[in-house]
Amino acid sequence: MYAYDDIDRTLVNERVAEFRDQVKRRLSGELTEDEFKILRLQNGVYLQLHAYMYRIAIPYGTLSSEQLRRLAHVARRYDRGYGHFTTRQNIQFNWIKLAELPDAMADLAEVGIQSMQTSGNNMRNVTSDQWAGVAPGEVEDPRIWAELLRQFTTLHPEFSFLPRKFKIAITASAHDRAAIKIHDIGLRLLKNEQGETGFEVLVGGGLGRSPFIAKTIKPFVHGHDILSYVEAILRVYNQYGRRDNIYKARIKILVHELGIETFAAEVEEEWQQIRDGVLKLDDGIVEDIRSRFFYPAYETLPHMPDELRQAAHDPKFEAWRKNSVVAHKVQGYAIVTVSLKPIGKPPGDATADQMDALADIADKYSFGEIRVGHEQNLALPHVRKRDLPAVWKALDAIGLAIPNVNLVSDIIACPGLDYCSLANARSIPIAQEITRRFANHDTANLIGRLHINISGCINACGHHHVGHIGILGVEKNNEEFYQITIGGRADEGAVLGTLIGPAVPYAEVADVVEDIVEAYLALRASPEELFVDTVARLGVEPFRERVYATR
Amino acid sequence: MTSPLQQKIKITGPSIITANRTWDGAVIYRTGTKSWSDELTDAAIVRTADEARALLSEAVADDLNAIGPYIAPVEVATDGAVKPGNMREHIRLTGTTIALPAQA
Repeated sequence: MYAYDDIDRTLVNERVAEFRDQVKRRLSGELTEDEFKILRLQNGVYLQLHAYMYRIAIPYGTLSSEQLRRLAHVARRYDRGYGHFTTRQNIQFNWIKLAELPDAMADLAEVGIQSMQTSGNNMRNVTSDQWAGVAPGEVEDPRIWAELLRQFTTLHPEFSFLPRKFKIAITASAHDRAAIKIHDIGLRLLKNEQGETGFEVLVGGGLGRSPFIAKTIKPFVHGHDILSYVEAILRVYNQYGRRDNIYKARIKILVHELGIETFAAEVEEEWQQIRDGVLKLDDGIVEDIRSRFFYPAYETLPHMPDELRQAAHDPKFEAWRKNSVVAHKVQGYAIVTVSLKPIGKPPGDATADQMDALADIADKYSFGEIRVGHEQNLALPHVRKRDLPAVWKALDAIGLAIPNVNLVSDIIACPGLDYCSLANARSIPIAQEITRRFANHDTANLIGRLHINISGCINACGHHHVGHIGILGVEKNNEEFYQITIGGRADEGAVLGTLIGPAVPYAEVADVVEDIVEAYLALRASPEELFVDTVARLGVEPFRERVYATR
Repeated sequence: MTSPLQQKIKITGPSIITANRTWDGAVIYRTGTKSWSDELTDAAIVRTADEARALLSEAVADDLNAIGPYIAPVEVATDGAVKPGNMREHIRLTGTTIALPAQA
């Protein structure tokens, strides 16, 4: 966990007071909606179909139990008893009243939670691997650097009125769980031959109307130079990024139109002017940030405790353990993923009661820490293996011991037309129906790893382009239709999915997914060949034939 | 930002003016008595572009109470019953098509 200092607390409290005054002036008529809109957006306040939506940042996906309890409190007191975890390590409340927002914001500020820059054309929440700091084989904890970037980019005047929103993700593992290649800037932490920490810097990734996979702009930038290099990228973007056309305003369009070589040359020229200036990081600054991250006092524990050996006789426990528990960097500990994808329920939602219970479980079994992943699941990052049976029972009691992580029912979905003012079609009911079709755990296990991503419009908040199966809602003559892509992936081998054919109506989407899965089971070279690898080997044609032969 | 009044108004059937209420964001409908209601049945029905422009102009002027007024289609049955004219407006009127997590 990262401990806020007085500067952080003052900044957040001042922002609450400022926003309280802005809301007061809006409600009195002193500010028009046109004047107020940019102010509310800078604080994560959107207007959706039914109500205001309040988006709160969870920097690099790390939450304390105290913070999770406070989110539960906000859900209960100011909203309708639940929150929605998003694909960018945020949580959203869907029913909040403008008049009560300053109070909710103040309650959150008391525990170091804030919503600055969770919308608007500025630097958004810096995201990272939800297993940061605990994953075996990780180069080092990327959150130290994510926190440096968070502090650097928060209220930075050069980054407050960018051509468009800007997102950074950072990972320090070979397997990319932070989807860095679909971000405006992706950072992969690594060591050079001298053992010094630095980053492979990628730029120009993003989804939406014009999807692009990020390209490497520089294979190694020393950690000391990362702020100046990021600033150089943003200066070039600020100078050349299009402000005349919202659909062409993201940096991915600039990188695409200039070409990565020309863009890189522009950045290099800018960087050479500033790299040895005030943004040069010395070890003292980095170590100061590092010193404010607290790590558990791990015990020396056996690899296979008796409690775990005995619990293995229970097939339900074993099914959950094999699916949701992975190795920790410290022997005797494990990382537990808590699926927020119950069969037939909205993906990524958690009730206030579940949040409170999870906070209690984290206190008892995970050193009071919870993580949020971009797949809209949570994680308990430091569980003693001997406590796994107890954790499983505790999660089961709140309906969250669901052994479907990375399986076909672990669906990423945006809020869609049930909530969102931008959406063309519903996402959540599609996800619910698909999970019902694949509710049988043995069937889901037989299918293996398969990521379904659903977006209710081309803005792609559900990351449909990079789903193994991607589903995009469109509107045709006042009816909901869905385009289906297959073969996408968001990890280190990120690739955009391929459209398999004409859009299908709402009622047929789950049938189509079943057809695709049946085709995969018939076509895969072996049970070990994942869906996405079968598509890569065979292309989309066999799947297209299967889906459209009878349609 | 382009005002809705600066956009070309084209309506193909009965329509209403809807918006969200400023203090809580709730869905509201413009009535024929220069006010707002959260009941669609209270909404003033317009059938021509001129009628729509006049009602929209009145709604836009009430910036204190309403956000983002716009014209939305409705269906009017022979008995006068009014229904939303598309899925988006149906969801705005009746709420999400899914059970909310805390209610499920």
